[in-house]
Amino acid sequence: MFTIKNYVMANTIEDAYRLLQEGKSNAILGGCAFLKLGAKRIGTAIDLSKLNLDQINETEDTIEIGAMTSFRAVETNEALNKYFNGVLPRSVASIIGIQFRSAVTVGASVYSRYGFSDFITALLVLDTEVELFKSGRIPLDQFLQDGAPRDILTKLVIKKSDIKASYQMMRNSAVDYPILNVAISKGAAGWKIAVGARPQRAALAMKAAKLLDSGEPKDADIEAAVNTAVEELTFGSNSRGSKVYREAIAKGLIARGIREVL
Amino acid sequence: MRIEVIVNNRKIEMDVENNEFLVDTLRRYGFNSVKRGCDTGNCGLCTVWVDEKPTLSCATLAVRAAGRHITTIEALQTEAKEVAEFLVAEGADQCGFCSPGFLMTVLAMKKELQNPTDEEIKHYLAGNLCRCTGYVGQLRAIKKYLGVA
Repeated sequence: MFTIKNYVMANTIEDAYRLLQEGKSNAILGGCAFLKLGAKRIGTAIDLSKLNLDQINETEDTIEIGAMTSFRAVETNEALNKYFNGVLPRSVASIIGIQFRSAVTVGASVYSRYGFSDFITALLVLDTEVELFKSGRIPLDQFLQDGAPRDILTKLVIKKSDIKASYQMMRNSAVDYPILNVAISKGAAGWKIAVGARPQRAALAMKAAKLLDSGEPKDADIEAAVNTAVEELTFGSNSRGSKVYREAIAKGLIARGIREVL
Repeated sequence: MRIEVIVNNRKIEMDVENNEFLVDTLRRYGFNSVKRGCDTGNCGLCTVWVDEKPTLSCATLAVRAAGRHITTIEALQTEAKEVAEFLVAEGADQCGFCSPGFLMTVLAMKKELQNPTDEEIKHYLAGNLCRCTGYVGQLRAIKKYLGVA
């Protein structure tokens, strides 16, 4: 069982950051859905619930998703359903049930860089930046690589565009964790292919995406891209599926995603 | 710590541990309709409304309920009875252990969705597991209850 020595509702983000630095065992609380499954010993648990970070705001050029926004809010938000073929709502729609998604927060899922995350895979094919209290804004792919220890993720900033996107995944049953997930997008800057739950965290297949960039991809181009993606990304085994199985279904999901975006 | 929570429209002062989840607090204060099923956030049996939204009480830290409106099936007896009659009529009632959480989600769905399709109903209710029925009878009953059969 996890423990919490002190619980503090932060009044400002500055207070939350200061408290976080005060002890190695201090931690920011997300949705707490996974907390109970571990045995973490938290010194001071810092709650961001009062900092107005549970908002999704559409500006002229961006959509901003606050760190404390629930997955259920992402799923039902009008702007997120309107842009990018609703790829973000679609990515979270199969995560357990609505009462679970009401608890889970965007910030904790992204900050934790979970390998099985459906949401990160979809974010990765959009122009997404992560805003951190101390480190400022950095591109999502850089954040996924480097992380940001002892910092606080305050929001995600997604550039609005006419990017077309698709989300594909495979689960053993409707509300299970994904065995593999794939997001594909096509915009002015070209194609993007992201594959997550490999079971490692989502990554972009850059070489494969380049193969699609010269004109309208034909069947042979799609096949080449699919094979290249599986070669350039690493796949592994866990209780949900073997490396070989993941590589096989990756091909199907990537091809399906590309065809949906075409 | 001591928190003030509004449970079923009544203010209650509760003593809670920092690492306590709402399912345990509610049961300790006598709201025994709230069932602990899997206790890993998967089965939906512990569903209550937090500010009207169906939420897993086994994944909600009790301290976070401070100042919030919590609703359990104890406050929705008339509505629950109505749904139960449809379930009984379709032979979809069995052991009943999952019913309180299931009904909380069904009643929330009725408020949120207008004339839902089969797929929308299944999607809304996917987080409520039932090990007895196999869901077919339940779906029949819920569609009749919602007037979309």
